Amino acid sequence: MTFNWVQRISKLSRWQGAFQSCIFSCKRYSVQEQCRVPNSVVEAFRAVTGSDGVSMGTAVREQHGKDESVHSCRPPDVVVWPRSVEEVSALARLCHQHSLPMIPFGTGTGLEGGVGALKGGVCFDLQKMDRVLDFHAEDFDVTVEPGVTRIGLNSYLRDSGLWFPVDPGADASLCGMAATSASGTNAVRYGTMRENVMNLEVVLSDGTIVHTAGKGRRTRKTAAGYNLTNLFVGSEGTLGIITKATLRLYGIPEAVVSAVCSFSSVQAAVDSTVQILQCGIPIARIEFLDDVMIDACNRYSKLSYPVSPTLFLEFHGSERSLEEQVSLAEEITKANSGLDFIWAKDQETRSRLWKARHDAWYAALAIRPRCKAYSTDVCVPISKLPQIIVETKQDLTQNRLTGPIAGHVGDGNFHCLMVLDPTDPDEVQRVQEFTDRLARRALAMDGTCTGEHGVGLGKRALLREEVGPLCMGVMEGVKAYLDPQNLMNPGKVL
Amino acid sequence: MAGRVLVGVKRVIDYAVKIRVKPDKTGVVTDGVKHSMNPFCEIAVEEAVRLREKKLMKEVIAVSCGPQQCQETIRTALAMGADRGIHVEVSGKDYENLGPLQVSKIMAALAKKEEASLVIVGKQAIDGDCNQTGQMTAALLDWPQGTFASEVSVDGDGLKVEREIDGGLESVRIKMPAVVTADLRLNEPRYATLPNIMKAKKKKIASVKPADLGVELTSRLEILAVEDPPQRQSGVKVESVQDLVTKLRDSGTL
Repeated sequence: MTFNWVQRISKLSRWQGAFQSCIFSCKRYSVQEQCRVPNSVVEAFRAVTGSDGVSMGTAVREQHGKDESVHSCRPPDVVVWPRSVEEVSALARLCHQHSLPMIPFGTGTGLEGGVGALKGGVCFDLQKMDRVLDFHAEDFDVTVEPGVTRIGLNSYLRDSGLWFPVDPGADASLCGMAATSASGTNAVRYGTMRENVMNLEVVLSDGTIVHTAGKGRRTRKTAAGYNLTNLFVGSEGTLGIITKATLRLYGIPEAVVSAVCSFSSVQAAVDSTVQILQCGIPIARIEFLDDVMIDACNRYSKLSYPVSPTLFLEFHGSERSLEEQVSLAEEITKANSGLDFIWAKDQETRSRLWKARHDAWYAALAIRPRCKAYSTDVCVPISKLPQIIVETKQDLTQNRLTGPIAGHVGDGNFHCLMVLDPTDPDEVQRVQEFTDRLARRALAMDGTCTGEHGVGLGKRALLREEVGPLCMGVMEGVKAYLDPQNLMNPGKVL
Repeated sequence: MAGRVLVGVKRVIDYAVKIRVKPDKTGVVTDGVKHSMNPFCEIAVEEAVRLREKKLMKEVIAVSCGPQQCQETIRTALAMGADRGIHVEVSGKDYENLGPLQVSKIMAALAKKEEASLVIVGKQAIDGDCNQTGQMTAALLDWPQGTFASEVSVDGDGLKVEREIDGGLESVRIKMPAVVTADLRLNEPRYATLPNIMKAKKKKIASVKPADLGVELTSRLEILAVEDPPQRQSGVKVESVQDLVTKLRDSGTL
């Protein structure tokens, strides 16, 4: 096994320091003056991708060393742009021969520092591979390359009556979403990437190309062999480079109704959520914004929602089933002393109603100018939601932290958008301790430290706590088999 | 009041596709390239369907001029809610040379034949960017026009159209029958959903030839060449303001 106890312990203490130093050094990073990649290898890369498919420019490397998290920029030594899976494989073989780390890069919209090249190496920017292949409308499936983004695919599909509903907010690469097991506001009804990836084409660390469910296979269900597809979903580039994903599609809803309802307490809002789900209403989106967040949104988007815990709901279905869903949901909110259940059917009013939720991130940042935002991401069983949110809000108040809450409460997943001044060491410390406590609070309630953002750079120690050392041993064994040299996105997940 | 709406829809290369110019410079590559309904036409169809849903119009007819594949575009309009379609068959060289003047003649002829009270088209197509068809159609019919519409409402026996113009917004009141061209902010078009796509398969699309409408397709325009815009040149860094001024003088800019 590549991993030994000494390395494991040093990794743990590195994590504790990593968060702090990451927040601190948001603007500073070490640019390797001496490139690890020999010139001969760079020339070999160029022979594969063409002369404009390789760059060592500082600005280009910096762009590829960071994502949308607070983790500091860790640029790679070289960035390459392969145009096909054959080129990815050839480049991987070269990197494998010369023991160079490889980091796949989609849209750089991740939230856990997953693209940082901690040990330098080669960043594989996959955006030139941007074809939508093999669309089968009657079978509800489509295969895409890494350069195809979520909005791009749905635009392509718009005339067919089908869509891919997983919506993490950003216009992310679909293969990147597969790599991080992304989820989003729609997961309560349509599931996450884990449920919606049917097959993957992956390039392993030595250049081998595998199709996780067999080449071209796209059945709605299978009992054949080990579920390798879901092994790679969520592997965050640490087991291989995803070059194609076959995705499950759904019918575009015939009609959509959006609604907003505010409550006098967090408990009432979350209780309503739990009851809506327990009634079996097939709600499509149910989002929670706490009073701090609503206040921020009011200021930022110039709205006038009542400043109290609020639920944003969205219902999908036929006209008739919507009437049923909406009226039952309204009853439930009223029973929990919900105020003002406002709903709308036409596109423009719905967009206006949901504007607060859409702008939440920027609204949070606007609370305190010149500050950074870090999003927590715990997820617990739905029945534990009221307790964890109430306890978390108490924690925030007690520790004088700015943490407006926005959450996919339908999944038991919520985010505290911690707005902090990265130059204030006391605040940084308090935020770190808070997120620690929050993660452990969730773990104690049968939950997970990351509902959708992934482990990336900052949650490796929490992953260990979550699954336990024996399970970690199995994960490390799999990693050691697939990537014995630890070249695939080193320093992440495990 | 309820009359018929004629909506023109054009099949164009999908807006998300990277356009490539043919090596012989006679046009752009269209083979094997994804096509879809012109985005402004989608907005036009949506507006027409909304008028019918409000019972201000009684029937929406979608029209497209072109080869067999145009029927797909008409089917999309039907899935969005149009009641029936008309496919005006134009193919080969005629189709390559088809421009706003011929299309407006066709639309005018159809508007009379179908006794339409309203013709709605997109303000322009994203391939030609001509922005002429709506206006020419109105002129041929001698009907009033409300172009670049960002809002349309029925006002007695006419229409009140809010237009997006350079200086801001202009409101005009026009009598019906009239021609309206749809601008971006008129509405957000609905998606074609699976049940509606299935229902659309049963709706009728009539085929008609331009000659049947008495329209002559000869074009008075000849495309001389289609070329890529010039490649962007890399910039030059200068060390001082003096250098910058010298370089600007040398290039003739100053």
